[in-house]
Amino acid sequence: MTGRTMFEKIWDPHVIVQRGNDALLFIDRNFVHEGSFHAFGALRKEGRRVRRPRQTFGVPDHYVPTAPSAAGGYVDAEAQGLVEFLAENAREFGFDHFGIGDGRQGIVHVIGPELGITQPGLTVTCGDSHTSTHGALGAFAFGIGASQLKQVLATQCLWQKRPKTLRITVDGALGAGVTAKDVVLAIIAKIGVAGGVGHVIEYAGSTFRAMSIEGRMTVCNMSIEAGARAGMVAPDDATFRYLAGREYAPKGPLWDAALAHWRTLPSDDGARFDREVALDAAAIEPMVTWGTNPEEAAPISGRVPDPASMTDAAKRSHAEQALAYIGLTPGTKLTDVKVDRVFIGSCTNSRIEDLRAAAQVAKGRKAVVPAFVSPGSQQIKRQAEAEGLDRVFREAGIEWRASACSMCAGMNGDLGRAGERVASTSNRNFEGRQGKGVRTHLVSPAMAVAAAVTGRLTDVRTLTER
Amino acid sequence: MQPFTRLTAVAMPLEMASVDTDKIIPARFLRKARGPGYERLLFHDIRFDADGNERPEFVLNQTPYRKAQILVAGPNFGCGSSREAAVYVLMDYGFRAVIAPSFGDIHYGNELQNGMLPAIVPEEACAKMRAQLRERPGAEITIDLETQTATGPDGAQYRFEIDPGAKERLLKGLDDVGLVLENLPAIEAFEKRYFAAAPWLA
Repeated sequence: MTGRTMFEKIWDPHVIVQRGNDALLFIDRNFVHEGSFHAFGALRKEGRRVRRPRQTFGVPDHYVPTAPSAAGGYVDAEAQGLVEFLAENAREFGFDHFGIGDGRQGIVHVIGPELGITQPGLTVTCGDSHTSTHGALGAFAFGIGASQLKQVLATQCLWQKRPKTLRITVDGALGAGVTAKDVVLAIIAKIGVAGGVGHVIEYAGSTFRAMSIEGRMTVCNMSIEAGARAGMVAPDDATFRYLAGREYAPKGPLWDAALAHWRTLPSDDGARFDREVALDAAAIEPMVTWGTNPEEAAPISGRVPDPASMTDAAKRSHAEQALAYIGLTPGTKLTDVKVDRVFIGSCTNSRIEDLRAAAQVAKGRKAVVPAFVSPGSQQIKRQAEAEGLDRVFREAGIEWRASACSMCAGMNGDLGRAGERVASTSNRNFEGRQGKGVRTHLVSPAMAVAAAVTGRLTDVRTLTER
Repeated sequence: MQPFTRLTAVAMPLEMASVDTDKIIPARFLRKARGPGYERLLFHDIRFDADGNERPEFVLNQTPYRKAQILVAGPNFGCGSSREAAVYVLMDYGFRAVIAPSFGDIHYGNELQNGMLPAIVPEEACAKMRAQLRERPGAEITIDLETQTATGPDGAQYRFEIDPGAKERLLKGLDDVGLVLENLPAIEAFEKRYFAAAPWLA
C-alpha cells in the first residue's frame, strides 16, 4: 500500500459529500476581518445567520491605524465604519472578536496561530489570500473570496475541488544571514508566480525541520505568491511546543487526545506527490526582488537581469514592463540600488523572531531613510517591548508603531509616495501595492534594516558585527 | 446568480502576463461600497493618469474596445489578493467572460461565484486571438458554454476547459449556499461523528 500525504490525511476526513469533482468540505476555523464586509452584507441581505459562531473568529487589521491620533487615526470615516461593522457583526452573530483595545488584536494570520486557534489537521479559511500562513502548523489553510466566505459563514462548509500536491524539499543548513524569507523568495524565483497554481505545497526536508514555527509561517505565507492554493509543513515537536498553553489550544486530557492525532498527520514514507521540486539550502543567499512580482527576485550579490535574455515570451514582456515601472536598468548591481523608505511588518515578517533579527542589525546603527516597524500583534508588541527591542529601533531612528497590516497594502493610509523606492518585509511587490507609483523591493527583516542604515539595498552579511 | 450560456461580444486584448488583482482594482478602493461609478475603478491606475485623465495608450480607453464584454488575457490572470472586488469591477464595467491560459486560483473561483466565465484556452490560441483583436479593433468573439467553445474573430474555434460542476452551476445560475443547504442532514450527521472523534474541537 502506498503511503498517504499529509494533505490527504487532512482533506479526506473533512469531506461531507462529493458532487462530481467538488467535495463539500467541513471548515474547522473561519477567520473574518473588517475587509470581509461584502460577505456580511450579503449574509444579512439574504437573512442568514452565522451557522457556527464558535468556529468563527474576527479581528480588525487591514484598516487599523498604526499611528493612532486623538481623532482615532483612521484614513477616513469609511475605514472606521468597516472596523465598527465587524464589531457589530461579532455582537449580533456571537463570535469571538479581538477588537480595537483588546490586547489580543493583531494581523489575522499572526493571531490565529498565536492564540492557538489554528491547530494541526484543521481546515482553515479566511477572506484573505495569505491564509496560507496557518499551514505552518500542519493545517490546510486557504484564502477565499467574499461569496465563498458568505458560504462558510452561513453553512460552515465549502465546495472545493481537490487540489494537486507539490512537495518542495529543501535540505541542508542555511548560511549566516539567510532566513525563511530568503528561502521562500528563492523557491518562487525558481518555480514562478504560477508555479503552484492548482496545488497545495508541502514544504519538506531538513531545512524546514530546523526552522522555527515563525519561519515556517513566513514560508507558508508566501505560498500564494507562487500561485498555490495553500502551503503546509508537517507538525512536529516544535509545533507542539509552540501550541502548548496557548489560549485556544486544548488542555489536559483533550491536549493528549489532540496530540495523539496530530502525530499521525505527517506524510507517510512512500507517499506520492503530483509534483516534486528540490532546492539546496546552502545555495540560497539573501534575496531581493528587482521587479513587480515576487518571482522577479535575485540574490543580493546579483544584478538586474536583462529581459532580452529571457526565453519565455510572457516572462520577458512582464520583466520589460516591470523594469519600466521600477526604474532600473539591466546590469545594475542590486547593491547599488538606493532606497527611500523601509517597512518592517506584515503577516509575512512581523513576528517576534523577525523583530529580533531586525533589532540585531539596528543595534548601534542609524537609519538614513524613514523607516518604521509594525509588530504583527499586540502580544508581540508587548513582548518586544519587554525585551527592549522598541528602544533599539527608536535609538536607530526607526519608528515603533501599533499593530496592523499597515504598509503591506496601505489600506490604513500607511503608504509611500509616488516614485519612492521601498525596501519592505511584506509579500507583494506589485505595481502600486504600497501606493500609486511606489516601487517595492521585498526583503527579509534583517535586510530591510540593512537597507535603512545604508540607504541602499545591502547584503546584510557585509555589515560588520557590532 | 446570473446564468451564463452563450455570448457574442466585442473582446479586448490585454497584453500582460500575471495581471494581479491589485492592478484590476487598487487596494485603496476596496473600502468603497459597490454602486454607481464603481466601474470607473477597473484597472484604475493603469487606465487613468495622476490627474484622473484617461491614458490613451491603455487598451480600454480606445474607442472600439470600450464596449468590450470579453477580455482575452495572458497567463495567470487575477493572481494575488483574494479580493472579490476584482470581479465586481470587471462585471460592473460590463465584462462577462475572461479567456486566458491560466488564472489565479482564488480569482478563478470568484468569477464562477458571480456568474462570470473564466475560460481556459492555451496561450498559443490566446496570443493569436489577442493579435487579431489588435489588428481588428472592435472584433467579436463568441463563447458557448454548453459546447465549451470560443470562436475567435477569424472564425477559428477553440475548446476551453471547465469543471463539469462549475459549468452546470453557471448554465443554471445555481447558488452555492443553496447547494450546500440541500445537504443539511448529511452535514449534521457529519458534525456529530466528527466532534465525537475529535472532542478537543467540540
